[in-house]
Amino acid sequence: MGDLNLESVSEQYLDVLKELGNIGAGNATTALAQMLQCKVDMKVPQVRLLDFGEVGTLMGGEEQIMAGIYLCVEGDITGSIMFLLEKDAARHLVSKLMGMELEGDTFSEMETSALKEIGNIITGAYLNSLSTITNLKIFPSIPDLTIDMAGAILSVPAIEFGTLGDKILLIQTQFTDDFELNGFFILVPDLESYGKILGALGMI
Amino acid sequence: MSELIKVGMADLKVCISPDSVTTLGLGSCVGVAIRDKENKVGGLAHVMLPDSTAIRNNTNIYKFADTGITELVRLMEEKGAKRSRMVAKIAGGAQMFSFQNKSELVRVGDRNVEASKKKLKELGIPIIAEDTGDSYGRTVIFYPETGDFVIRAVGKEERTI
Repeated sequence: MGDLNLESVSEQYLDVLKELGNIGAGNATTALAQMLQCKVDMKVPQVRLLDFGEVGTLMGGEEQIMAGIYLCVEGDITGSIMFLLEKDAARHLVSKLMGMELEGDTFSEMETSALKEIGNIITGAYLNSLSTITNLKIFPSIPDLTIDMAGAILSVPAIEFGTLGDKILLIQTQFTDDFELNGFFILVPDLESYGKILGALGMI
Repeated sequence: MSELIKVGMADLKVCISPDSVTTLGLGSCVGVAIRDKENKVGGLAHVMLPDSTAIRNNTNIYKFADTGITELVRLMEEKGAKRSRMVAKIAGGAQMFSFQNKSELVRVGDRNVEASKKKLKELGIPIIAEDTGDSYGRTVIFYPETGDFVIRAVGKEERTI
């Protein structure tokens, strides 16, 4: 798989990656429902291979303010995973988790740490399902959080994808409790890890 | 009517005054703005990675500091700009997260800035202003007429360098 680049990945491989994305996002939704102790619905996630330029547009523009939770992955596969949430959706989740209305327009230290925890649980659920399906050991690092323009946050996974090609693999999940929450997962396995994931599933 | 031309990620555009160029939400990427002081031909490159020779899949020359800046200068020269009259301003190259573990990607923001400076130096284009590093995203607008490079960031006052 040394010569793998995302553009040349066959439709079949892409379907497998999409399916992994679906299952992962499903698990993440369940985790979210348990954490918030309420019913959370999920629309069928959309998994897309996009050009760099299209990603910002999809999120409502490069200047849309988002919360980005980013963590590294080690074990049998290495790489990173990012979960992005619109700022309003992030505020909604934090206020729900903490059982209080948030004041002001910025996140306090405690609210930031609650948001990190939400990110941790969601990405953890996602990675758990990936690990179970592939039988690969996957250990996530402690998450880091930033709240900034979508374009700026996305530059981090885009740069990682940029070493492989000009596209980015994005999983868009819409959660609904009493509020519509648009969340995006970006999974960036490194080159060998793609091979390992596909190999573990008997694809290669 | 002047037009504001948008530059995407791993993209570049040339413009002539009174038009201006912008790129939104620069994170670890670097925005390299160049202008010819005399005929007001300008351009902006949104550089993503420092070095095209370090990566096998490097067909998109706009993506890299080395090939992207060279191409921007070439396209500006096609529009009548002269290398000897060019000056540059750069912005971006933030580290968006406090850790980024992969060895080759560590400090990619810094490395993008360094590579951009190196390339501009090689081309003999002086950098007259910069706003780089730190940990926040930037939107930039470049006006070839005046050379103003306007920088916007979340929760910060707009500044012009």
